[in-house]
Amino acid sequence: MHQAARVAAVLALAGACALVSACSHDVEGKAEELSMGSEAPAYGDTFIQASIGDISGLIPSLTSDASSHEIGGLIYDGLVRQDKDFNTVGAIAESWTVSKDCLELTFKLRRDVKWHDGHPVTAADVLFTYKSMIDPKTPAPFKEGYLLVKDAEALDPYTVRVTYAKPYARALDTWSDYVLPKHLLERYAAEGKLRESPQNRHPIGTGAYRFQEWRTGEKVVLLANPYYYEGRPYIGRLVYRVIPSQATIFLELKAKGVDYVRTLTAFQYARQTDYPAFRKAYHKFKYPSQFYTFLGFNLKDPRFADRRVRHAFAYAINKRELIDGVVLGLAREANGPIRPGTWAYTDEVKRYEYDPEKAKALLAEAGWKDRDGDGIVEDKDGKPFAFTILTNQGNDERKKLAEIIQQRLKEVGVKADIQVIEWAAFIKEYVKPRRFEAVILGLGTGTDPDQYAVWHSSQTGPDQMNRTGYANPEVDHLLEIGRASCIQQDRVKYYRRIQEILAEDVPMLFLYFKDEVPVVSSRFRGVKVAPAGILYNFSEWYVPRQLQRYTAG
Amino acid sequence: MLLFALRRLLLSIPLLIGITFISFLVIGLAPGGPLDFLTPEDPNASPEVRQRLIQEFGLDQPVHVQYWRWLTRVVRLDFGRTFLPDGKPVLTKIGERLPITLLLNAVEMLIILGLAVPIGVLSATRQYSLYDKVTTIFVFVGFATPDFWLALLLMFLFGVQLGWLPISGLRSLNWEYLPFWQQQWDFVGHLLLPIVVATFGGLAGFSRYMRQSMLEVIRQDYIQTARAKGLSERAVIGKHALRNALLPVVTVLGLSLPGLIGGSVIIESIFAIPGMGQLMVQSVFSRDYPVVMGNLVIVASLTLVANLVADIAYVFLDPRTRES
Repeated sequence: MHQAARVAAVLALAGACALVSACSHDVEGKAEELSMGSEAPAYGDTFIQASIGDISGLIPSLTSDASSHEIGGLIYDGLVRQDKDFNTVGAIAESWTVSKDCLELTFKLRRDVKWHDGHPVTAADVLFTYKSMIDPKTPAPFKEGYLLVKDAEALDPYTVRVTYAKPYARALDTWSDYVLPKHLLERYAAEGKLRESPQNRHPIGTGAYRFQEWRTGEKVVLLANPYYYEGRPYIGRLVYRVIPSQATIFLELKAKGVDYVRTLTAFQYARQTDYPAFRKAYHKFKYPSQFYTFLGFNLKDPRFADRRVRHAFAYAINKRELIDGVVLGLAREANGPIRPGTWAYTDEVKRYEYDPEKAKALLAEAGWKDRDGDGIVEDKDGKPFAFTILTNQGNDERKKLAEIIQQRLKEVGVKADIQVIEWAAFIKEYVKPRRFEAVILGLGTGTDPDQYAVWHSSQTGPDQMNRTGYANPEVDHLLEIGRASCIQQDRVKYYRRIQEILAEDVPMLFLYFKDEVPVVSSRFRGVKVAPAGILYNFSEWYVPRQLQRYTAG
Repeated sequence: MLLFALRRLLLSIPLLIGITFISFLVIGLAPGGPLDFLTPEDPNASPEVRQRLIQEFGLDQPVHVQYWRWLTRVVRLDFGRTFLPDGKPVLTKIGERLPITLLLNAVEMLIILGLAVPIGVLSATRQYSLYDKVTTIFVFVGFATPDFWLALLLMFLFGVQLGWLPISGLRSLNWEYLPFWQQQWDFVGHLLLPIVVATFGGLAGFSRYMRQSMLEVIRQDYIQTARAKGLSERAVIGKHALRNALLPVVTVLGLSLPGLIGGSVIIESIFAIPGMGQLMVQSVFSRDYPVVMGNLVIVASLTLVANLVADIAYVFLDPRTRES
């Protein structure tokens, strides 16, 4: 009996293997059906990711694109990192303590972390990273967190103490940035030539994957780091392929030439991939992205400065219709600027259900009535309510949003024109100098709820991010105390209140958080979707032995 | 003759400076600068990095100072470094992409010539025949077919349905582990579809040109003479007519030399080929001035050289232009 079961298992395994190799081009994906044989985690296989754009460098702190950070995250580690629910957990630091006054952070480093070239990682590397980041010669786009540090010192080779002049809520967050190797970069950092260092082309990191090669515009190849301190990752090789055309990526998916795409287009997700063979060959996932799309008002414009008008717009526009019509349902209604799934998020705020009658009533209350019977409301001087919605070229989604919004506003008697402008001109000539009446744009949110730069009334300079000119003393105050506290229970209260106020004030119409819709080849096991996406546990993914498709070198 | 070439060469130096100066001014006029792309639209970005980079790139200087700095470096063949975070020298960036573009374009050009000359000659000698009409339709269909559409159809047929050819890229993933000849075959397989698509689209121009030129020549008196003295039709067309008909084609060929280094963005993007077309477009979109200028200098110099070569070739080929 026992013997028979084993024979059957071996046979099943052999059968599956034969099928896999015979059907490597098989679109039907029958091979996966026979995967019941053995699900045991196994080392090996290659993970092929397709992406529209190349990475821009391999010292991620110097870059600002998502791809460079994604690849960087596999090669490097920070002192801490975020888990699937955005909680901070240790990486190179095994533990840390925060002093009562929030001013001191002390990290204890693991002693078993090594650079890929064998050098041990010590406090000196951490201090070097900090010093090179605050160096004005280093062109790192995100250095705010480091600049607030008053002092950083090594208490011993494996203990680092960081002191802040005043409490800073995102202090811990800063240290999830990747630690850089002092022994390889010291010289370049001193000369302000980090970008030109070999590290930017052939990085030596500490992460689960080591760098193998980068062919410009073609691919990046990483190999598993067998000595990774959290255990050797299962998948042996990772290939990041640059395919600049979304249509080609889709054909490669159909032919099983790629295993993972970070996000499909809405149309591909909802329609083109909805057939049995594709569903068998790939798993589709869905989670809210960190980007929200909004219709922003220029609050310096007297018409939009009136909160009743903004409320009227909120009632006149049907978010559900926008989501269904423009992104085929692949988004979640936004009620505020905080990413759903993060600890500060609340959905207990004022909502505006689609109600054109109420919108008309509010407009009338604000003095906008159709006085000459042409279908457009006018103020008491007979000036019609007409304005222009600006958005950028190359984003079909925003253009469609503008068109639907235009239609809905027309129904309540507001005339909106649409102007689509090339990105660089749009930002430089219109958004930054605030020469707009209304814009449709997207904005990214971090995992921390601090959005001082976007909502504080002091942040309205040309290069600053409070583009709508929003000013509310209570929000200002909450933002200030929110970023100066390191006690999460307190901060939750502040940011919930901010969300309530923003929902009342409607400084912009928060439309939706778009979903990320990645697909992963179904031969990969251990993929679990969480608020943070799917890649957070990549080093735990594996392909059962009989399903492995590539023999990695 | 030598004097003529030398004079032309010297004259092209001020021309080149003029071209680069105007280009420098024109890219500066495009809205937005490199910093709008390097410093993200992100609430957490640090504004002072912007100022720092503006200084580092010398963008705080007036345009003529910037141009002068650039020019004095370029005469020492230092094209500077890209503004992008990869920080590579411009020449390295171009060098990475030039070989594949050159290869593709050269092969494409050879195939186009190899097909267009016979198509054109035969269409001319059998003007208004069925063959003429069929080839005319064929080359114009090629001319009118959008590249990307044909490419996607072929990819779907040969890559997805039949599985005969790779869909995109330059090499298979296991390329390093293949034996030498299979490596070559793999590479050729990857280039097959892009070359077919590009050739199909480029056939019309040359074959029409060839046909037109041939039509003119066979109406000349000397062709009649050749026929009258009893030469075979083969000798008349192949020897006397073709030689003369090829003359203008050679000129056109010379002028398309600079085109050899400019890749087609559409074909490169669809087939995921990291060539010059993508580099140029990306650097223009990200206002990466050093790379844009580096590219322009190369294209402009090649154009001037090609002009010169075409002129000289003409002198050799056509005795009538030799008098002065």
